[in-house]
Amino acid sequence: MNASYRWLRDFVDIELSPTQLRDLLTARCATVDDVVTLRQDLADVVIGRVVEAEPHPDSDHLWVTKVDAGKGVLHDVVCGAPNVEKGKLYPFAPVGTVLPGGLKLEKRKIRGAVSEGMLCSARELGLGTDHQGILALDVDAQPGERFIDVVPVGDTILVVDVLPNRPDLLSHEGLAREIAAATGKKMERPSHPPAVLTRAVAEGDTPKIEITVEDTEGAPRYMTAIVRGVTVGPSPEWLASRIEAVGGRSVSNVVDVTNYMLHGFGQPMHAFDLARLGGGQVVVRRGKNGEKLVTLDGVERTLDDSMTIIADATSPQAIGGVIGGKGSEVTETTTDILIEAAAFDPQRIRATRRKLGLSTDASYRFERGVDVSAIEDLLYYAAELVQRVAGGSLGGPSTDSYEKPAPANPIRVRLARITTLLGEEIPENFSIAYLSSVGFGVEPEKDALMVRPPSFRQDVIGEAEVIEEIARLHGYELFSSELRPYRPGSRRDAPMHTAASRVRDAAVAAGLLEARPMPFVREGIESHRVRNPLAEDEAYLRTSLLDSLARRVEYNFAHMQRNVRLFEIGTVFTHETAADTSAPAERIHAAAVIVGDRRPQHFTEPHPPKFDEWDAKGLGESIARAAFPAASVRCTPSTDAVLWTIIADEAAIGLVRRLTVDAPVWASPVFGIEIDLEAIIASEAATRPYVAIPAMPAMQVDLALLVPEDVPSSDVADAIRQAAGDMLESLVVFDEFRGAGIPDGQRSLAWALTFRHPERTLRDKEIQGRTSKILSVLESKLGIRQRSS
Amino acid sequence: MTLDEFVKAVSALDTHASALVSAATTPAELESARNALLGRKNGDLSALMKSLPSLPADDRREAGAAVNRVKTTIEELLANRAGSLVPVAPSGPRIDLTMPARENWKGGRHPVTVVIEEIESIFRELGFTIALGPEAETEWYNFTSLNFPENHPAMDMHDTLYLSDEVLLRTHTSPVQIRTMQTTKPPIRILAPGNVYRRDFFDASHAPMFSQIEGLAVDEGIGFVDLKATLTHFANRFFGGTKTRFRPSYFPFTEPSAEMDVECQICHGSGCSSCKNTGWMEILGSGMVHPNVLIAAGLDAERYTGWAFGMGPARIAMLRYKLPDIRLLYDSDMRFLAQVSS
Ligand SMILES: [Zn+2]
Repeated sequence: MNASYRWLRDFVDIELSPTQLRDLLTARCATVDDVVTLRQDLADVVIGRVVEAEPHPDSDHLWVTKVDAGKGVLHDVVCGAPNVEKGKLYPFAPVGTVLPGGLKLEKRKIRGAVSEGMLCSARELGLGTDHQGILALDVDAQPGERFIDVVPVGDTILVVDVLPNRPDLLSHEGLAREIAAATGKKMERPSHPPAVLTRAVAEGDTPKIEITVEDTEGAPRYMTAIVRGVTVGPSPEWLASRIEAVGGRSVSNVVDVTNYMLHGFGQPMHAFDLARLGGGQVVVRRGKNGEKLVTLDGVERTLDDSMTIIADATSPQAIGGVIGGKGSEVTETTTDILIEAAAFDPQRIRATRRKLGLSTDASYRFERGVDVSAIEDLLYYAAELVQRVAGGSLGGPSTDSYEKPAPANPIRVRLARITTLLGEEIPENFSIAYLSSVGFGVEPEKDALMVRPPSFRQDVIGEAEVIEEIARLHGYELFSSELRPYRPGSRRDAPMHTAASRVRDAAVAAGLLEARPMPFVREGIESHRVRNPLAEDEAYLRTSLLDSLARRVEYNFAHMQRNVRLFEIGTVFTHETAADTSAPAERIHAAAVIVGDRRPQHFTEPHPPKFDEWDAKGLGESIARAAFPAASVRCTPSTDAVLWTIIADEAAIGLVRRLTVDAPVWASPVFGIEIDLEAIIASEAATRPYVAIPAMPAMQVDLALLVPEDVPSSDVADAIRQAAGDMLESLVVFDEFRGAGIPDGQRSLAWALTFRHPERTLRDKEIQGRTSKILSVLESKLGIRQRSS
Repeated sequence: MTLDEFVKAVSALDTHASALVSAATTPAELESARNALLGRKNGDLSALMKSLPSLPADDRREAGAAVNRVKTTIEELLANRAGSLVPVAPSGPRIDLTMPARENWKGGRHPVTVVIEEIESIFRELGFTIALGPEAETEWYNFTSLNFPENHPAMDMHDTLYLSDEVLLRTHTSPVQIRTMQTTKPPIRILAPGNVYRRDFFDASHAPMFSQIEGLAVDEGIGFVDLKATLTHFANRFFGGTKTRFRPSYFPFTEPSAEMDVECQICHGSGCSSCKNTGWMEILGSGMVHPNVLIAAGLDAERYTGWAFGMGPARIAMLRYKLPDIRLLYDSDMRFLAQVSS
């Protein structure tokens, strides 16, 4: 809502500056997002008094004047206006001023006489077209004061963020009511028309017009008034400037009045050219499917039966509450008008403006709800205003379709509840005063207030809403900010949050950077398709985090980043349905991608090795262990493009894979891992007791084995472990070799076996025995022999 | 001597050599270790070689190979150790100590995560624990239970992405309030971080998915002053002794509702273009939980009252790192993340 400071002052005597007003409204009522000063292009123009005026010696129409502009010196000014008069005040643009047309004033000579500035006409100041002479000012001001501070052409706009619960603030009157309440002043309607509204119909021929409201649901109240004999023309300055100040365009005196009612009082109105309503009829009805109407904006629109239409005897003339029709528009030839003031059903208006893709100032207000009971007064106010600015007289009785509902029961607001909900006691008389100041009816009872909200406050439906009114009018700043005792929450942290933290720590320790990408992907399963996506190529919810991370790798490649190490902990959407709703079931996953150098380049290692499968496998295992600290984690070779399946406690929880991305030629292979953090129930690692650091020496045996290619190393390791028995402390494969000296179809795997007995030194014989046993088992079971050196 | 015994002696020498060499801490000590191991006359290796002839002829070749292997091993050990002793050796190669250190890749948390974790740590001190909820929600959890009037302009503040007639992507973390109250008996104090979705085009200041953090406190006798005090305390801790301001607002699920501003982090209250000359910056929305919401979640709205808030960590991260464009937070550009992650 754009509110004009000047317009607000028509309603209430405001002593605050626009910025003070901004702060007050923001603190008590609705946030003012911005304060915009209009006509800043006139900021340098000042009030000047002509102290001398002599005819120019070399000209028959120029004057040589001396102008006091408050600077203590007099300026020589040559002026061509016939109306310059000694002692009078005029707008004066000193040297250096840039006028609205772009002209920059400089000191110059006009026919030999020096001129240090300019006395301005209305047109030169962009205030109209009058160029007959300079603008003589009848104001109480001193020379040197800024023109825009003195003459009401300057205005300041407050941009108020009116939230959907407060349609009453979508007008100057509504805001003025709040300002009056907050400053202890009285609000009054401006007296542009006489204070007493005339409802008497003038004598003479009354145009015949029959109003029928068929769609009472769509238009709960529909009122009209006729003004005969108007002269449509330009608006007076006070009216045009108000419409323009709030961002509108002055159209004509009659149309401006309807807009004045909208912005001034929050009641959208429409004026029809009575002569152009066919058949002497106005019918408020539902639209017919396929009916057409060319609206005021020149667009032909197709109507349907969900809309409320204002029609004449034959065809639609307006879409009720949204926009008028071109055919019955008020034009310069209009003499009789029908003014409509109505309330339309908010939900119907909402549906209609969505269907039409057309939001207007009127639909915006009807959708939020206008004050139904104010319509009658405002209709007469508007009719008076039309007569004042466009002449004419009230012709014919007004009509009204409204049946006043029975008054609603008052809201019972318990004083104790006010204290509980706010945490501080507000004296009862304060509460009564606050509520009364914004139009609430209040009757104190024992321990409670019986509150009747005003008709323009449909949002106040219960005790809580009334208490909010009390709190905000009291002022949030007055409430204490001292912490009071509280009971801590009893819920434990969500286990998934704890697991995610552990995984995040592990990934950060592994040198990965965290990504939080958009979760939308190009392709997916139909149940995960957003029905109203922002872009067709991002219409699906992902089922894998690696989908998102792969795109992030491509993004980095496109920006010449060869080394990418990213991880994400985020939500994926599965094929299943959630346990308690029909939404897709969700899982929290952790994923990582690695590509490029394993370590940063250093002068000792100009070409660091690239990340490979083994880095990826290690990352997968360490992230899985962080996720499931109590589980036993391993990777098993997979069968397809995936390298390994990650297993925790015999459940498949994730994978390690090569990642296919759109990569430039210089890119190294990309690896990805992804783990379902909810695959098994994560239990914290059980605390294990300390195991004594071994006191006995270990014995190490290295075995180089010739292993057939089809025997996996895990089988070899299993066989060694089994044959070696308890004393085998560790088993590490430390070399793999193919080539010279190794038979085809085989490879050499070198193993380091560390033996230790907890209580005694091992004897060589024992180890030899074990080694021989291992070798014989390997040979008999797997066909593996020791490699001879 | 048998071959076995010989091989074992070789392996023992290997173990001995590695202990001896690593015990040497000066070049002189290393030299005496070299003598003890490889000395022509009394060195351990030559002693071993002297026993070669006592082996059966067939085994000598294998034994000889074993000796050669251990000799190579010992020489490598000595050379490596000599290398690591170089700095104190005045005669060794010069090293330029101004050359850069060897580094590892530095990992880091996303700036939004950092902000979330800081917020969490402050609220944890105030007795809050962490709750989570789904991102795909029903209309009931996202709107109806939160007292949104049907077909009301209030819904326009939540432009929604739908998966079906009744399933949507949650537009705020507030459904976690309902889910928590359904399953937890007061006192409730929870903090719920999570992703939320809006049908906003992705541009410099809007994103269709962003993180939000929700707070909820419900107990007997909780009032607006508790909301104000806790959030003021939070702002002072998080922003470091800042001024705060509470102003009336509207959320269907709270009444009274308030927005909290802190002093503009850019101009510190004097007014600038970022704060439209107000000197304030909006940080969070809050309010007293509407009785209809407590009732929808199955709580006794007469007995219990509560307050709730929601804030956007991404906005705070943007302020903190002076980010001109919100998309930086989603692009996952390594150069950006390396700068701002921690
Ligand atoms: Zn600022």
